[in-house]
Amino acid sequence: MSDAHRTEDSAGAPAAVFTGIGVTAPNGLGTEEWWSATLAGKSGIDFVSGFDARSYPAQLAGEVRDFDAGAYLSPRIVVETSKMSHFALAATAMALDDAAVDLTRIPEYERAVITANASGGAEFGQRELQKLWRGGPRDVSPYMSIAWFYAATTGQISIGHEMRGPCGVVVSEQAGGLDALGQARRVVRGGARLAVTGGTDSSLSPAGYVSQLPTGHLTTVTDPARAYLPFDAAASGFVPGEGGAILVMENGTTARERGISDPYGELAGYAAAFDPRPGSTRPPALARCIRAALDDARLRPEEIGVVFADGHGTAELDRQEARALAEVFGPRGVPVTVPKTMTGRLYAGAGALDAAGALLALRDQVVPPTVHVTGPAPGHGLDLVLDQPRELPLRTAMVVARGHGGFNAVTVVRRAR
Amino acid sequence: MSTFTLDDLRTMLREGAGVDDSVDLDVPILDIPFSSLGYDSLAMLEIAARIEQQLGVHVPDELVERLTTPRAVLEYVGRHLAEVA
Repeated sequence: MSDAHRTEDSAGAPAAVFTGIGVTAPNGLGTEEWWSATLAGKSGIDFVSGFDARSYPAQLAGEVRDFDAGAYLSPRIVVETSKMSHFALAATAMALDDAAVDLTRIPEYERAVITANASGGAEFGQRELQKLWRGGPRDVSPYMSIAWFYAATTGQISIGHEMRGPCGVVVSEQAGGLDALGQARRVVRGGARLAVTGGTDSSLSPAGYVSQLPTGHLTTVTDPARAYLPFDAAASGFVPGEGGAILVMENGTTARERGISDPYGELAGYAAAFDPRPGSTRPPALARCIRAALDDARLRPEEIGVVFADGHGTAELDRQEARALAEVFGPRGVPVTVPKTMTGRLYAGAGALDAAGALLALRDQVVPPTVHVTGPAPGHGLDLVLDQPRELPLRTAMVVARGHGGFNAVTVVRRAR
Repeated sequence: MSTFTLDDLRTMLREGAGVDDSVDLDVPILDIPFSSLGYDSLAMLEIAARIEQQLGVHVPDELVERLTTPRAVLEYVGRHLAEVA
């Protein structure tokens, strides 16, 4: 039996459809602003502006600039929460607005919240730790107790919108944004009518940034256009980013009953798998995970229109992913894109943002580009969609996300019938 | 600081805990419970910490829940400011 597991048998279960999207990304604030920037190949990667990083070995980031939390959130919530939650709460408001849903018509115990988080409230935590060392424990804000931890975002969304159904947080590093969607589908199948899901992260304060350095995976290249080059022969690591996406998922039947005839798409397939321990002779789990997600969606590889790849940006992980894609789809067997070349890697936000991109690709029948990559490594055998968007008929899209430490998650979205 | 006025408290609430969109602090609020002004127990702990930092008046945690209105806070701080001075 494979240990890449399917969540449950989908036979007879209602479809889990996406009806709303909210985005806070380094290259665009708001779903349509971000999507048009993405199709135009506009990158949000630049030198860190939030603090002076000139003495750091890595100096670039995908920062969400000009974000005014107060424009979206009550001042009470702004002081109580960290930046990661500001992004999520703003994106939640956008997504619910986009879904045009009257929450009062859905029982509060059938409203769920499942988000992903990987870094916690790094910037809030750093500020309060500085107050602790400078002035002592009495100086630390009581909000520290609720602001920094992984579940803070889910909790605030739940409180803010009186969502008392299944609530949880998934912590599986960069795979989390997709694992959250899988868990959201599970609770929708279990009776929740609507789930707010997705993920955001923000750890671009000095302490948050430094804590990302020890893996050695951040690029030390300082040219924003040459720094994060997944699948390129010149791949040197990745640029970290902040933000992410929040999606509204609903039971397809009740969504139709409230008049949603044309949702963005359906979460047709999901699977997760964990890599063997380092040094093991067993192969990486990604190919198995991709196959399990296809099985879950009851689709064959040739029925997938595009793959939004993880695109780690380091030679070995790029090779693993390219090999898994070639193994399942055949050499150059499917168009592959990495729009996160325009945002950096957003940790828990990445899978959610790529899922948003996949849904909009289905809507507009266009694959967004992979920017900055000019010299794909020979031997990868990928049909990379490079500097221009590619228009093609799309019924399905796959999203891959891999997290540090061995996490793999794959989702398949399909246009709703 | 030798006195602590309602306006001082308003400033402290704005800076320390924010103001809910549906709340106007600039009306007479002396006897309006903090809970009706949108402040929960964590918000009151934050205010108690600021009173201690800025005025040197210690507010024991167990007392925080009994200071339910701006008037109660002003009376408590006023009484103890005299001792600090």
